[in-house]
Amino acid sequence: METYYDPADLGTFSEIGKDAPELAKKFFDYYAEVFKEGELTEREKALIALAVAHAVQCPYCIDAYTRASLEKGSNLAEMTEAVHVAAAIRGGASLVHGVQMRKIAEKLSM
Amino acid sequence: MPGIGTCAGEPAGVEPFAAALERHGLSLVRGEITTLQVNTGYLCNLRCRHCHLEAGSDRDEIMSRETMAAVIAFADRFSFPVVDITGGAPELVPELPFLIDGLAPLAPRLMLRTNLSALRGAGRESLLALCVAHRVVLVASFPSTNPSQADAQRGAGVTETSIAVLKKLNEAGYGMEGTGLELDLVSNPVGAFLPASQDAAERKFRADLQRKWGIAFNHLYTFANVPLGRFREWLLRTGNYERYVKMLTESFNPSAVDRLMCRAFLSVSWDGFLYDCDFNLAVDRPAGGRKVHVSDVRGLPVPGTPIATGEYCYACTAGSGFT
Repeated sequence: METYYDPADLGTFSEIGKDAPELAKKFFDYYAEVFKEGELTEREKALIALAVAHAVQCPYCIDAYTRASLEKGSNLAEMTEAVHVAAAIRGGASLVHGVQMRKIAEKLSM
Repeated sequence: MPGIGTCAGEPAGVEPFAAALERHGLSLVRGEITTLQVNTGYLCNLRCRHCHLEAGSDRDEIMSRETMAAVIAFADRFSFPVVDITGGAPELVPELPFLIDGLAPLAPRLMLRTNLSALRGAGRESLLALCVAHRVVLVASFPSTNPSQADAQRGAGVTETSIAVLKKLNEAGYGMEGTGLELDLVSNPVGAFLPASQDAAERKFRADLQRKWGIAFNHLYTFANVPLGRFREWLLRTGNYERYVKMLTESFNPSAVDRLMCRAFLSVSWDGFLYDCDFNLAVDRPAGGRKVHVSDVRGLPVPGTPIATGEYCYACTAGSGFT
């Protein structure tokens, strides 16, 4: 194995059902249901998935939802903005913990 | 096994399209012919990366007045509810007004494909006036509402020009409610991926074009890129060919076959010969297996006549299909 991540592995995702088929079936059924058009369109859901894929830094998901976003009709400007939303939340999540840091520091400080 | 395309050294082996049809118990045969597509030639002011005909400013194949007269006589001998003029860029063909004047009284619906940028420039006002006078349906290429992606497919600055022309068309009444002047858009994917569903893409383009530029249109059509010509070269050069072809074959939709556009379609080349579709024209695979000039046609192919296929046909049967 040259790298831990191989793009071809994404196509074998369903094999995760070996040895635990019922759990896998429940997961994949749920997954398919989640991405169907509901109050949100399939395009909007793919765009959210793309942003989350960047937040969780999953290369399989980035590959899959870049393609899905394009095929659902999102353009590159929208996809780039979605990634910025993920970056803002991730960055903001770090920064907002600064409030804790400051509270603790204030308690400890003269 | 052959791959998609016509050149040697195919990197991707795929099941022949005819074999895929057979495996599903299907055949691709003609229904009633309703549409005559007239390809006026390969001369174009753009060099789009997805162009299966490799049209460009260096191409000199354009339809002569003599061939146009033969096409008009052909359309007069047979009945075509729809006539669809395409190219290259038909606007650059000097005798286009002659063709429009001749076909308009013969076809209840006359369509003119435009890349929009070729509608701008000296002398085009009279062409637009002619289209308005004959109620010609304009079908304009507009791949993406994101200018950087659209320009990547069509050339730097093309989107800006296209938007200016669309605004002018709206001013002339095209795409505006109550005018009877129909303006449709065509969006081909700006890369090696399948198009969005037509309904969803139309909703989004309508909202985007109105919000960003105040532009209105009637319908939007989405079509997959066909791996022929310049698009095929781009796929090979960028290492996308195998994955794209695999995706097309895996997306084969048997139920799309019955509704394929080619079943009701005849295409005439710039020099007047008949093809089953514009893609068979691109690979010079004539209708019925031999080149027949429109002047020599005594009868249209009857329902049940086989349609020539190639592996590129997978692009028309992927997903919801080229219908």
